[in-house]
Amino acid sequence: MPPETVDMNESDIKEEYTRFIGRKILFIAILAALLILIAGIAASLGSANIALTDTYSAIIERFLPDYVSPSNLATNVVWNLRLPRILMGVAAGIGLAVAGSAMQGILRNPLASPYTLGISSAAGFGAALAILLGKGVVEGEYIVIANAFVFALLASVLIIGIARYKGARPETMILAGIAIMYFFSAMTSLLQYFGDADAVKEVVFWMLGDLDRSSWDTLGIVGIVLVLCVPLIMLKSWDFNVMAAGDETAKSLGVQVERVRILSMILAALLTASIVCFTGTIGFIGLVSPHITRMAIGGDNRFLLPASGLVGAVLLVGADTIARNIIAPVILPVGIMTSFIGVPFFFYLIMRKGREYW
Amino acid sequence: MRLQIRDLSFSYGSTQILKDISMELGSSDVLGIVGPNGAGKSTLIRCIDRILVPQRGTILLDGQEMKQMNSMEIAKKIGYVPQSISNTFPATVFDTVLMGRRPHLGWRSSDADIDTVLEVLTMLKIKYLAMRDFSEISGGQQQKVLIARALAQDAEILLLDEPTSNLDIRHQLEVMEILTKLVKKKGLSVMMAIHDLNLASRYSDRIIMLNGGSIRDTGDPVSVLTAENIESVYGVEVIVKHEAGKPYIIPIRSFGD
Repeated sequence: MPPETVDMNESDIKEEYTRFIGRKILFIAILAALLILIAGIAASLGSANIALTDTYSAIIERFLPDYVSPSNLATNVVWNLRLPRILMGVAAGIGLAVAGSAMQGILRNPLASPYTLGISSAAGFGAALAILLGKGVVEGEYIVIANAFVFALLASVLIIGIARYKGARPETMILAGIAIMYFFSAMTSLLQYFGDADAVKEVVFWMLGDLDRSSWDTLGIVGIVLVLCVPLIMLKSWDFNVMAAGDETAKSLGVQVERVRILSMILAALLTASIVCFTGTIGFIGLVSPHITRMAIGGDNRFLLPASGLVGAVLLVGADTIARNIIAPVILPVGIMTSFIGVPFFFYLIMRKGREYW
Repeated sequence: MRLQIRDLSFSYGSTQILKDISMELGSSDVLGIVGPNGAGKSTLIRCIDRILVPQRGTILLDGQEMKQMNSMEIAKKIGYVPQSISNTFPATVFDTVLMGRRPHLGWRSSDADIDTVLEVLTMLKIKYLAMRDFSEISGGQQQKVLIARALAQDAEILLLDEPTSNLDIRHQLEVMEILTKLVKKKGLSVMMAIHDLNLASRYSDRIIMLNGGSIRDTGDPVSVLTAENIESVYGVEVIVKHEAGKPYIIPIRSFGD
């Protein structure tokens, strides 16, 4: 009897499919819980010693003042020093990972990320220009941030411009992105070559990426961009799913491929630019969070986008917590730590997975 | 008539691929497009589904000018079955077929959509593949899944690009039988680009023979698949035998240059 005649009945498949969806939702729920836990642990760790329970009390007190009574020290340290940094880690992790997922989806390329498409290196050049030459799009204390933001957007405008001119094919956009990355790296190197040693060091520090410069104000700005861009990207989930099967298929299913690709690229670029201008270029998160998530729950973008955002947040906050504490009082830049933690974990997943490619 | 095409022309840059194609596709019609490599078969199909935008000519879909329809409206009526797809990222067979519901979906897929997918999988006898990864199943199975997706789309017109090219003889017959059965049962109109002249002859109501981007001949299989037509278009010598009212082609030799 050929295997084709052995068939499952319909309710079985429906049940299996429902379970399959349930698993994905469970994964997201677990990640959300894990993120809250890690954020709490992160808020309790640091030079001032605060117990975990005291930390949570300090956080809860702001919303339900009648039920808990944290120490003054805890309230102060947690709300003024640690929470802005941790929440910035959460926001940056979500933003970079969602931007990475969207880029990999619309470009159908597992190597696409804000980093590999030149957006981060353009931001780095903008910052270097401000730090080394004092030249920027604005004057004063925000010059580095504004420069990084503007140059990051400039890089994506270039990619999108080329895509509009040559047709928004994934290969075109990726090659344009890689060319842009090399161009801005070279420009940065050139500035550094002639720069003064202290300023060059500052540029290097900026490019490593860290959450040191976080405040409630910067968090607010990133938060607004996140609230605007992430839902808009998630609305395109089905289009991303269909586009994964190729442009022809997507077009035949009614998706306006070029428009979705360019619009999503704009949103992803805006997310990336508004984050890296405050944190510097935190690499790796945008690249691996989508892959880690895909290995766990598959490629359906309806679940991939939110889940990878949470994976990115957990990775970034976790990495930052270790970076702050591993050789305290020295605080390592989180950009270094994300790779140190992410790479071994990522290798483990690659080796463990039975399939050739997830 | 479901589809009426008038004076369709398409070029890639300065290379003209299709020249002044005029043709029609009726309901419950199986139309085979034959012709040598580069004759423009796939291009014609892609122009009809507006994957490619023709430079000249009009296409009427149920009497409506397609240029004035939006892509979702078209996707509800026309299903396209490519030769193969390569997913960059993993997708189960179920999710692949569910994609066919895209023109009808919001963010959520409803229970009805899931039922439609199950129904189609049952009809094509590939339910047992539902939770497998699309890229891990055989070429014949993939072809059936792609047909299933077009059916889940609820399209009344199916455009198929070489539906049998990757398949062994049993799967070739199976796929063609599924299609002809659907044409009878659901009144679908099928237009397929196909290399195998004998399959085209056996299963098509009408055949269009393309050569160099123009229609060489059109009509029922007996009138189009003549030794003369095949020799001049393909440059091969053949014997045409008739069996149960259909022509069958036995290739003898190529004429070379």
